[in-house]
Amino acid sequence: MSHYAFTLAGARLVALGSGALHWPDRRLLCVSDLHLGKSERTARRGGGTLPPYETIDTLARLDRDLALTQATTVVCLGDSFDDTEAAHALDDKTRAWIARLQAGRRWVWIEGNHDPGPVDMGGSHLNALPAPPLTFRHIARTGASGEVSGHYHPKARISAGGRTVTRRAFLLDSDRLILPAYGTYTGGLHSSDAALTGLMRPEALAILTGETPRPIPMPR
Amino acid sequence: MSDAPLPDASSDPLLPQALSGWFAQRGWQMHPHQRDMLARAADPALLLIAPTGGGKTLAGFLPTLAELSDGRHKGLHTLYISPLKALAADIRRNLSTPIEEAGLPIRVEDRTGDTPSSRKKRQRADPPHILLTTPESLALLTSYEDAPRIFAGLQRVVIDEIHALAESKRGDQLFLALSRLQALCPDLRRVGLSATVEDPASVARLLARHPDPCEILTADPGPDPDIRMLQVEAPPPWSGGGAAYAIPEVLAQIRQHRTTLVFHNTRAQAEIFFHNLWLANEEGLPIGIHHGSLDRTQRERVERAMAHGRLRAVVCTGSLDLGIDWGDVDLVIQIGAPKNVKRLVQRIGRANHRYNAPSKALLVPANRFEVVECEAALEAVQDHDLDGEPRGPGPLDVLCQHILIRACAGPFDAGTLYHEVITAGPYAALSRDSFDACLAFCATGGYALRVYDQWQRLQQRPDGDWQLRDPRAAQLIRMNIGTIIDHDLLKVRLKSTHGRPLGEIEEGFAASLSPGDTFLIGGRIVRYEGLRETTVEVTRNAARKPKVATFAGTKFATSTQLSQRILRLLQQESWPNLPAHTAEWLTLQRAVSRLPEPGRLLIETFHHDGREHLVAYGFAGRNAQQTLGLLLTKRMEEMGLAPLGFVATDYATLIWGLEATPDPAPLFDLARLREGLDQWLTTNAVMKRTFRDSAQIAGLIQRNTPQARKTGRQATFSSDILYDTLAKYDPDHLLLRITRTEAMRGLIDFARLEDLAARTAGRIDHVALSRVSPFAAPLFLEMGRIPIDGAGRDRLEEEETRRLMEKAGLSPPS
Repeated sequence: MSHYAFTLAGARLVALGSGALHWPDRRLLCVSDLHLGKSERTARRGGGTLPPYETIDTLARLDRDLALTQATTVVCLGDSFDDTEAAHALDDKTRAWIARLQAGRRWVWIEGNHDPGPVDMGGSHLNALPAPPLTFRHIARTGASGEVSGHYHPKARISAGGRTVTRRAFLLDSDRLILPAYGTYTGGLHSSDAALTGLMRPEALAILTGETPRPIPMPR
Repeated sequence: MSDAPLPDASSDPLLPQALSGWFAQRGWQMHPHQRDMLARAADPALLLIAPTGGGKTLAGFLPTLAELSDGRHKGLHTLYISPLKALAADIRRNLSTPIEEAGLPIRVEDRTGDTPSSRKKRQRADPPHILLTTPESLALLTSYEDAPRIFAGLQRVVIDEIHALAESKRGDQLFLALSRLQALCPDLRRVGLSATVEDPASVARLLARHPDPCEILTADPGPDPDIRMLQVEAPPPWSGGGAAYAIPEVLAQIRQHRTTLVFHNTRAQAEIFFHNLWLANEEGLPIGIHHGSLDRTQRERVERAMAHGRLRAVVCTGSLDLGIDWGDVDLVIQIGAPKNVKRLVQRIGRANHRYNAPSKALLVPANRFEVVECEAALEAVQDHDLDGEPRGPGPLDVLCQHILIRACAGPFDAGTLYHEVITAGPYAALSRDSFDACLAFCATGGYALRVYDQWQRLQQRPDGDWQLRDPRAAQLIRMNIGTIIDHDLLKVRLKSTHGRPLGEIEEGFAASLSPGDTFLIGGRIVRYEGLRETTVEVTRNAARKPKVATFAGTKFATSTQLSQRILRLLQQESWPNLPAHTAEWLTLQRAVSRLPEPGRLLIETFHHDGREHLVAYGFAGRNAQQTLGLLLTKRMEEMGLAPLGFVATDYATLIWGLEATPDPAPLFDLARLREGLDQWLTTNAVMKRTFRDSAQIAGLIQRNTPQARKTGRQATFSSDILYDTLAKYDPDHLLLRITRTEAMRGLIDFARLEDLAARTAGRIDHVALSRVSPFAAPLFLEMGRIPIDGAGRDRLEEEETRRLMEKAGLSPPS
């Protein structure tokens, strides 16, 4: 299986090549920044009619990761919906799909800046989820430890054989893990951005997503 | 001017009194083609082919001046469209001379993206008699609700440099705008002014309202140009486009002439050459630089200095290919192979604006191969053998934009708009189905999954007309009018200073840089340090040569005709016309390997620097050679040869990888290559780049928004993601069909590969060498290498991550 295993605050975790985080000991799968309903929101605001397939593409990938990990708890780390209206506007098929994924599982929606209020979908809505030794929340807090967060959509570059590629990346140090965005229509912030270099310790790693997730010293 | 006795211009029945008086006062007589234009002023469409300096623009305007001379016309009479903003301003100055001196009651104004908005507003309320503008500004004007009032009374439209517009989407947009104007003003007459082209009839078909006829008038082309290769003492280098070796001779020519234009094919090459020219310019001759990525104020400064005769030379690119009357240019120097004979002839025409005097031009090949190409081009110019590829039907992304622009102006009936559109030359053969598909795309996105009924852009009213759902959308559509795609630019700044930026580079180029790479910008060499938000940070670097060429400017493909001439030239027994160094190089290639032949395909293979290499000399032009590279590497990947990348030039493709190819012949079965083409097409980078441009033109992606970019970079995501999503869930979507068509005839140029297949018909000469051949050596120095994402690349990436972790003292977990 394509994964990268590491520990954070004593918890043994696995980064998947898809950008999801697996915590096998708790049978927990965590994904961040799904931004479901992005194309609907863009059109609503007059920004053009983007291909309306990002929600089914994102859910299809989540479906695969759940089948792969057999997780019984799912934590969506905030910005799961592009905004609360987008959450309400999801069609019946999509709702049924989400309901099917939720069946028999504990499902936690962490609130993000895009989706601060509760949505009318199964699962519990939390500001943050303490799961000692870890805490799951949307935006990282300075001084926290054992923290798993999202929000920044981190990405990192690597040059090999005369070519530079950019990939979505997990950022990891001894205090925290920042997840890459999982949603199909999401961009990224380079790990060298001040917002991220200020947050991560100097010895932080960037775990590049892709066929095979690979760690590199976090590019600054 | 000829010395023949002047006929009495004042008696010319075609000219009003005031104008013939003005001609007489100046001692001028009308050129025959100017008189013809006046005589045929009532024609619905008229195309004039005339060399530069032949009084072409005045010929276009004479009927307008004549018709306006009695002061009775109210409102707009003539629209003048030029591809360059600067040209519009220049023509305004030139027209004011006869108007003022002949005392004509005519108001002339220009309107471009640079015109202040207060003046634009006034022009809409009270249009001048003659409005000088660009295709984009015209499209914008037609988008206003009051367009019928603005254009009321319009009689004539004059399209300058129509040959340049006819080759691009800007022309397609213009001809669509004309169909709109013609609907508003049914009596509108059209005039096109063109430089020498290989197929005037095709330009005439674009100009006229389909199916109107269009008369073609041809002015005396003047004497043949005086054109030759610049004699240079030092031999040219094996590769590259800098032509630094010719600096002393170029400087000597500049010294001997009043004003010299030094043309380059790319901005990067112009930058490098200017840098080197300046270093060698000990006597401080006033020399300027002019190209598209320079700041507007800087370009205008150069243009002004040039017009006042204060510059001895201008190093430039295609930005000076067109129109502006430079007055005293007496020499054109073309650095680098011209790639296309027609463009070369048009460039030569920039020298000497005196009618009936030969233009003087010098060619400077930048490397050894270009010596051969320049020689072939010289022969083609002497034979008047102009090249050109016919353009296909009007692209649908431009039509989508046109429909949105039409919607901004108010509700419309689909059938009426369709019949308007097919009067535009490029769209004459457009089917109603294709039109409806474009309309559906504009309305709902045209997806197989119907989800935008609530938020559609255009909606149908109860009476059947289409209109914008939200009238506020018009602002966004107007902000994004145009077919020239500027890729995202990032500012380049010296690290640790907060001074003026050095310039701008494309985001894609920035993304390809690694810390330590050096490149040239604004005439100096800098070292890439890193990216800070949207600024590229660099430090000064003392290196003599930049490691990476700035990716900018267009890379033209050498035309089919010129490529064939080159192949024929290579077949000669010896090459007395070529400089000795180049003749020796060809002789060596013939001895070590063989020379490519017109009816055969030469393949070389060899091991070099730890990698296996394969070179295919297809002479199919850069784009087709690049496509060949993509197709071949795909086959090689399937065969487990672990290709790592390739580079393509106009005449060859060089592929490198981890495994050798013992028998390359089976690779070149074009029928098999073609089978995999469609599937291959969907995943390659060329398609994604083409998609990005078309998606912007068609209005799927809006680059300019009122709340532009305040949200930061994680809010935007790459158009590649949209492309991948569409390809996966909606493979028959209109935009993917547009992308495929565009790519096939543009960057992919599959037609030329098919020509190659037909020409060589399986006659492959494989030469296995123990080392790099004389022809292959320059390919190693080529820029623009394209990587292959496959097993080979994965092996290297694995090694690199391991190395980085070890270097940082971190051990990967077992």
